[in-house]
Amino acid sequence: MADASSGTLSLRHRLAERGIDGVTLLIVPAALFVVLLFVYPFAYGFLLSFAPAKGGWLENYRRFFDDPYMYRTIWYTLRLAIPVTLLNIAISVPIAMQVRHLRRQKLLTTILVLPITLGTVLVAEGLLSYLGPQGWLNRALMLFGMIDRPIRLVHNYWGVFISLVITGFPFTFLLTLSMISGLDPALEQAAATLGARSRQRFAKIVLPLIVPGLAVTFCLAFVDAFSVFPSAVMLGAPAGETRVISLAASQAAFEQYDYSYASAIAMIMAVVQLCFVGLVLLARGLFYKGPLGGGKG
Amino acid sequence: MKMDNALDKLWKTLVWAFMVFFVLNVIAMIAVVAVNSFGTRWLGTWLPAGYTLRWYKSAWKEFQLSDVLLVTFQIAGAVVLLSALIGVPAAYAMARRNFPGKSLVMLLFLLPLLVPPITFGVPLATVLYKYGLAGTMSGVIIANLVPTVPFTVILMMPFVEQIDSRVEAAARVFGANTWQLFLHVLVPLLAPGILAASLLSMVRTVSMFELTFLTAGPSSQTLVVALYYSVFAAGVRAGQSIDAMAVIYMLSTLIWLVVALRFVNPTQIVGRAKKSRTA
Repeated sequence: MADASSGTLSLRHRLAERGIDGVTLLIVPAALFVVLLFVYPFAYGFLLSFAPAKGGWLENYRRFFDDPYMYRTIWYTLRLAIPVTLLNIAISVPIAMQVRHLRRQKLLTTILVLPITLGTVLVAEGLLSYLGPQGWLNRALMLFGMIDRPIRLVHNYWGVFISLVITGFPFTFLLTLSMISGLDPALEQAAATLGARSRQRFAKIVLPLIVPGLAVTFCLAFVDAFSVFPSAVMLGAPAGETRVISLAASQAAFEQYDYSYASAIAMIMAVVQLCFVGLVLLARGLFYKGPLGGGKG
Repeated sequence: MKMDNALDKLWKTLVWAFMVFFVLNVIAMIAVVAVNSFGTRWLGTWLPAGYTLRWYKSAWKEFQLSDVLLVTFQIAGAVVLLSALIGVPAAYAMARRNFPGKSLVMLLFLLPLLVPPITFGVPLATVLYKYGLAGTMSGVIIANLVPTVPFTVILMMPFVEQIDSRVEAAARVFGANTWQLFLHVLVPLLAPGILAASLLSMVRTVSMFELTFLTAGPSSQTLVVALYYSVFAAGVRAGQSIDAMAVIYMLSTLIWLVVALRFVNPTQIVGRAKKSRTA
């Protein structure tokens, strides 16, 4: 009896020494929740995608890659997501470099967080009238004599492109800003004392320090842009040049009720995203070898 | 040297000009929705011919907004409450304990935030349909909890780390058990963090289109999904009443954001996931 109790006590003690006690168990509900509702559905969808209603186990994937209407969605989505993400990163860096010196940043960042908060459906609804042939943008451009007649910016590629800049740029900008503000100012001051001009300081000091963070930002922004959905339907040409892959997945699920096929498309989507993220992180590894959170002084 | 200075100035001006242009576009995009919702007739001019409130009345009736709003806030309320109940204790344990496999658990919490909702939404909806939960309010609540629970955990961790652990030790010395410690010491100290996490979960749920769209049925649609469907009924419904609904949606999202911004920095809203990833 005494032995048994001292046995459990020592087990408890040993567990506590490794950091497992009553408090650690508080993680269990949250972790279990994520496993049940994130990991399990993913695994279930993965298996389901190999169990089509008819045909062999690879039938869904064969169907997808045999049908140009389906496999082209990958290309249509990449054609939107890659240029948008590159553009968003390219404009975020110079602007963040300037804005970090701004004393009243909060007003600017609050305005920028609006499109993220309001979400793509509202941005698409607003842009639908704003970019339309009678919209304020076309009117302003005509007023300044930059165009003769309204240019077509909705129900095509550019409508979706602009909506992805409106929601994507604030996201990459705020991440870049927090990264650049986190750099130790002494590094740049030292370079300035030694006579480096601002462009040299950027190229030789700031850029190498933020490249690893930019790569992660690039991945996050790309994955976000690649899953574009409501704005591609509302602002684009969902039957043509902006038939994105998420639309194909949701149509398979809710118009054809073919969950097995829809899961296969979702898996293809995840694989494309994963491949891209892998490539970016691999490229980063080639250019940068060092601690991840570098530059914090 | 002079040339360089002039170039620097030009570059600075360009950068600021772009920023101003972008902000103007964002404001105009929001303003156009608001102006249209109050306008009588708006064809081929800068501003509508006159102003009226009748679109709000018709939108309220046509889109059954009182029902939709009730559903939206029931769902958001349940999501906020449950994600705080599940997420805050987990955040506390994650911040205070080191245990083997902790980085794996961290990855588990980061994944639902990094994977876009539409990618995991399709298999999640499939599972919810299998168990007959999709199309119901509880299905929508469960789907929305998938990103908000990890979000709460990750957002709350630094708030817990700020608390001096000697305060907890003192409470323990005076005989408080874990439950009392939570209720009388931690919850009051964590209140600003819990409030921020709840408000941001609220914003996230009200504006979450993808997951709600994939799991909602006709009686469990939130405002943003109803807005999406109404845009496709644009031939039948007046554009102005759709925009009136959009304005109501904006207000129901932005109220929480404005309050939340008193507790967190806007960069934190997007920055949290990344920071903890590189840390």
